[in-house]
Amino acid sequence: MKSLFGLPVTRRLLLAGSALLGGAQAAGLALRGEAAQPHGAGHLAPSTPPSAPTSTAHAMHGGMMTVGEVDHARNGFDPHAILTDWDVGTVRRDADGRPCREFEIVAEDKEIEIAPGVMFPAWTYNGRVPGPTIRVTEGDRVRVRFRNRGSHAHSIHFHGIHAARMDGVPGAGDVLPGGDFVYEFDAFPFGCHLYHCHTVPVKRHIHKGLYGAFIIDPDPARHPGHEAAARSRLLGTDENKDWHEFVIVMNAFDTNFDEENEVYAANTVAHAYSKRPIAIDRTRPVRVYLVNVTEFDPINSFHLHGNFFDYYDHGTTLEPTLRTVDTVTQCQGQRGILEFSYKNHEPGLYMFHAHQSEFIELGWMSMFDVRESVA
Amino acid sequence: MTAFGRTILAVVAPLLLIAAVAVAFLAADPLRPLTGSAPPVEQVTVERHVLDGLGIALRIRAGGTEPMQIAQVQVDGAYWAFVQDPPGELARLSTAWLRIPYPWVVGETHKVVMVSRTGVTFDHTIDVAVATPGSNSLGLLGLVGVFVGVVPVALGMLFYPALRAGGARVFGFALALTVGLLGFLLVDTLGEALELAAEAAPGFKGGAMVWIVAALAFALLMVAGRRGGSEIGGVALATSIALGIGLHNLGEGLAIGSAFATGAAALGTFLVLGFTLHNVTEGIGIVAPLIGERPRWSVFVGLAALAGLPAVAGIWLGSYAFSPHWAALALAVGAGAILQVVVEVGGLLVRQARRQGASWAMPSAVAGVFLGVAVMYGTALLVQV
Repeated sequence: MKSLFGLPVTRRLLLAGSALLGGAQAAGLALRGEAAQPHGAGHLAPSTPPSAPTSTAHAMHGGMMTVGEVDHARNGFDPHAILTDWDVGTVRRDADGRPCREFEIVAEDKEIEIAPGVMFPAWTYNGRVPGPTIRVTEGDRVRVRFRNRGSHAHSIHFHGIHAARMDGVPGAGDVLPGGDFVYEFDAFPFGCHLYHCHTVPVKRHIHKGLYGAFIIDPDPARHPGHEAAARSRLLGTDENKDWHEFVIVMNAFDTNFDEENEVYAANTVAHAYSKRPIAIDRTRPVRVYLVNVTEFDPINSFHLHGNFFDYYDHGTTLEPTLRTVDTVTQCQGQRGILEFSYKNHEPGLYMFHAHQSEFIELGWMSMFDVRESVA
Repeated sequence: MTAFGRTILAVVAPLLLIAAVAVAFLAADPLRPLTGSAPPVEQVTVERHVLDGLGIALRIRAGGTEPMQIAQVQVDGAYWAFVQDPPGELARLSTAWLRIPYPWVVGETHKVVMVSRTGVTFDHTIDVAVATPGSNSLGLLGLVGVFVGVVPVALGMLFYPALRAGGARVFGFALALTVGLLGFLLVDTLGEALELAAEAAPGFKGGAMVWIVAALAFALLMVAGRRGGSEIGGVALATSIALGIGLHNLGEGLAIGSAFATGAAALGTFLVLGFTLHNVTEGIGIVAPLIGERPRWSVFVGLAALAGLPAVAGIWLGSYAFSPHWAALALAVGAGAILQVVVEVGGLLVRQARRQGASWAMPSAVAGVFLGVAVMYGTALLVQV
């Protein structure tokens, strides 16, 4: 029978609750089973056989899911696009002939939909959360023109090597509403970094949405002995083209401002990658640039199903700092690079999510859709 | 212009001006600078929850300044699929059911959080999850109602021959006892009504409603009772007492039914027995004004039904279908009705004393009032739900 909930539900309810998450492969399975109600269970309809597990992502969550769809067009950004839309800036030559990558970043207030139907009064870089993923090469001169068009003072504090006056903190690059500032530095060290607003109160400025990933690819010429590894990381090389590369910013939103998060997500929108899994060509290796900017909870984590990965903490080495793990935890502001492959896996849906069950059930649940090939 | 025309104008002109001021205020919106950027105030009251084989269902009532939207629902800290019926925005004071196919666990606590469009959250805790009684348990629940309502009142009425045999002194004492027990019921009913009013959606202004309805019920019943021109006594007074007690027992039934449905009380044999004892005194109170008369047996049956059967209805409503504001309203009427019979029985007591040439404050009367209160309080200790 079809129930009110659109799930193939039999009329009995599993009261033991044991098959809630892991056991329930088919939608509605959690609602089947032996009833133990003291009343009312006596003459309900007998159980019908469970529907065969389908291969759709929808079937994998049981009932544990946000209801409805987020309007990405109205938000002005799509979490699927954010995975891979590197902002490499515009290359200009300075007066002395030295190449420089220039970026434009505007801070603005914007209401965004972080879960279906739930609006959050965000502060954004370039109208999106997370802000643009800035991607440069080790040693590049980087110039970021920052305009604050928001209602409060903001800054951009880059994690990297730079002068104190370029630090983007109160007294050095803190910009009043309507003001401008140019941050300038050389891109060091290579790795997976982040940038965020450092205006006080910092907690609020970060959790309102002012953060983004900042990736510095290694320059192979600077790493003799590790050229191959460096070239595979360097955007634009033939070795790099073979990889699936994704940026995942683990974030969360406190919608009622009680200093606890109501919504957890990978790249802002709760359940975005479980409702629409990320397509993976299984022959291609996968590299995830993982950044944790979750506020209020001291750590966040990433757990991969049915697979293990090598991990490069901060991405500042060309040798893994952790080998063959399936879970990694990150403190606030910590980040790293994950490398793994589904080459020897059968196609299917492979979950990844925080391993704090609380975060999973509040939105930080995702899936890779591993296929023979991806068009 | 005639005098009549002028009177009409004098009524219509201010009304038109009031409408004009309202239109002008809405059009000009002079408070916009104060409220323009503030998010709307939102409120959600959960009036009922139903747990069954399909999961959890909540009946919610919206409040607040503008229509609001329930965007997501968490159960025990997990976003969960749900269907809202009817769907869409909820206007102020409108209701909807949220049906959540959640595998609740019998005997455990579940917390439901509703997240509105603006990210505001509203909590509802199901203290102890038990299946909401279905229609197949109506008979059993009705039987419980008979035991806490009809049986004790009927048993109490069996004291009638003894009261008659006792003469005038016993009559006075029985009336005093009745005043005492009604006094207890008045306080109890008002307290219950105010408690339920506090659970109702704030938009109903439940507290004020209880006081106003109680006062109105009191006044109307006084008027109705005395439309013959004099104080009431005999069968009419007994009927008034039975009505007041019946409305109180309706409230008692609601409390038992909802405590049962929400798992707040295990409805044991002991509890039912406690209610039976508690309500026996009510039977004595109802027949006290009849001591000077010889009513037919059918009158007693009618009075027992009037006082006792509302408990059955209360348990049915309380276990499945009541909303706190309706329950508060019913109890407020009950409080008014009880106050009316306190006044009437008190009057009868005074007249009785005068006939004997004694003060109304004679020791037996005061002792009767105190005994009435004490017995009700003492037996109430048995029946906390």
